[in-house]
Amino acid sequence: MLLIDCPYCGKRPEVEFAYGGQAHLVRPRQPAQQSDQQWAEYLYFRSNPRGMHAERWRHTRGCGRFFNALRDTTTDHFAATYRIGESPPK
Amino acid sequence: MKRQSWSGLNLLWHSLGRHRGWHEQWRRAEPKPAYDAVIIGGGGHGLGTAYYLAAEHGLTNIAVVERGWIGGGNTGRNTTIIRSNYLFDESIRLYDHAVKLWEHLSQTLNYNVMFSPRGVMMLAHTVHDVQVLKRHIHANRCNGVDNEWLTAAEAKAFCPPLNIEANIRYPVMGAGLQRRGGTARHDAIAWGYARAADALGVDIIENCEVTGIRRDANGAVEALETTRGLIRSRKIGVVAAGNSSVVMRMVDVQLPLESYPLQALVSEPVKAVFPCVVMSNSIHAYISQSDRGELVIGAGTDAYTSYTQRGALHVNTHTLEAICELFPCFRRLRMLRNWGGTVDVTPDRSPIVGKTPVPGLFVNCGWGTGGFKATPGSAHVFAWTIANDEPHPINAPFTLERFRDGVLIDEAAAAAVAH
Repeated sequence: MLLIDCPYCGKRPEVEFAYGGQAHLVRPRQPAQQSDQQWAEYLYFRSNPRGMHAERWRHTRGCGRFFNALRDTTTDHFAATYRIGESPPK
Repeated sequence: MKRQSWSGLNLLWHSLGRHRGWHEQWRRAEPKPAYDAVIIGGGGHGLGTAYYLAAEHGLTNIAVVERGWIGGGNTGRNTTIIRSNYLFDESIRLYDHAVKLWEHLSQTLNYNVMFSPRGVMMLAHTVHDVQVLKRHIHANRCNGVDNEWLTAAEAKAFCPPLNIEANIRYPVMGAGLQRRGGTARHDAIAWGYARAADALGVDIIENCEVTGIRRDANGAVEALETTRGLIRSRKIGVVAAGNSSVVMRMVDVQLPLESYPLQALVSEPVKAVFPCVVMSNSIHAYISQSDRGELVIGAGTDAYTSYTQRGALHVNTHTLEAICELFPCFRRLRMLRNWGGTVDVTPDRSPIVGKTPVPGLFVNCGWGTGGFKATPGSAHVFAWTIANDEPHPINAPFTLERFRDGVLIDEAAAAAVAH
């Protein structure tokens, strides 16, 4: 089980959290002008990297807030967690 | 290399030499500079593709390149359940194509894959489950696929260890039974295909990781860069399961895939107590008994994407709690070992089998948590696709473009669970 550092509450066990998928996906600002391919990319296509992944988590059974995390998908090691609206740390 | 058989006479003969006379079942091939086609990924689907390319399409100057050892990925890590009771016509045709091939695979390959159609029973615990299962049963029967409704008492008669009392959290209300479904031996499918493909001249190259894919001026594939040198080929099939996204990124093609850990576990071996396969989508239990006597239990996926080939203990615990409710007689059984694999999951839980935007490059991925059952069917239609440069009618709906065109085959919604 992962130990996840919620930016608001500190380190808590994984079962308190819900996974929210790839982070920093932005819904198209002008939906009517999107092509089918662009919609498909927004809805379905994901980076799925073997390595560092920026992803959303929600502290569902804690503060209830969303935050972002950088995690290495080859080790499950968290490099950082950061608040929504912040850029991923370098 | 001389082909060896395991006839009774041969066993007797080799016993005289203390069984030192057996040799490898396939060659340890060195990569040649060029092939007519190369398959990336030496799991069941990849080896099967090579076998059908050689056996049915006359392409024998081909190779399978595998980063690790053959059958060491999800082929060796699954719970070996075989069934075709899906909801949508496209899926039923694809998975039943596989079941029909499973039925004669041992004879086709002259290799015992231990296919055992002992019946797959899916349990219903709620009114919603009952309705969904009955809908599946009707959809299957309209497509000529066997599936029948059992009352709780009939389910218990078919699988005596099952607890159908009303005193559990989600009592059994009935079940759907596909009698043609069952299990097979996971390793044997990789070894059987490898041996048969090798006999037809296919090179199986292990410990050979693909590091790049070269394209010509028109964008078509022309060569693979590997840790064992450059391999030229104008046709490349990617059958890399959990690592499909990584391989396809070498040609800048993004896939609608996410790779998750999926776990399974087995108990200590016990005498034959469990006659069939039982699945419950609602409370998440998958269980059967191997011929060695271990109970083979499938757990769920972890919540997050990962390539680690391991998962968290609480995911296994969740499944074991469901198993103990349904089969109280297993409560004191000890678990022998558990393991994880990396499964590539699509948004609609249906695979992607077909051409890609890159000429000469084909992809077979997205089998998610349920690829083992499809191995022969997937390999058969994928070989057809590579040989003819167009999809076989059975895999024609399973394109990459379906996500753009909005024609999903949404087994995710149909089952309300990854499968």
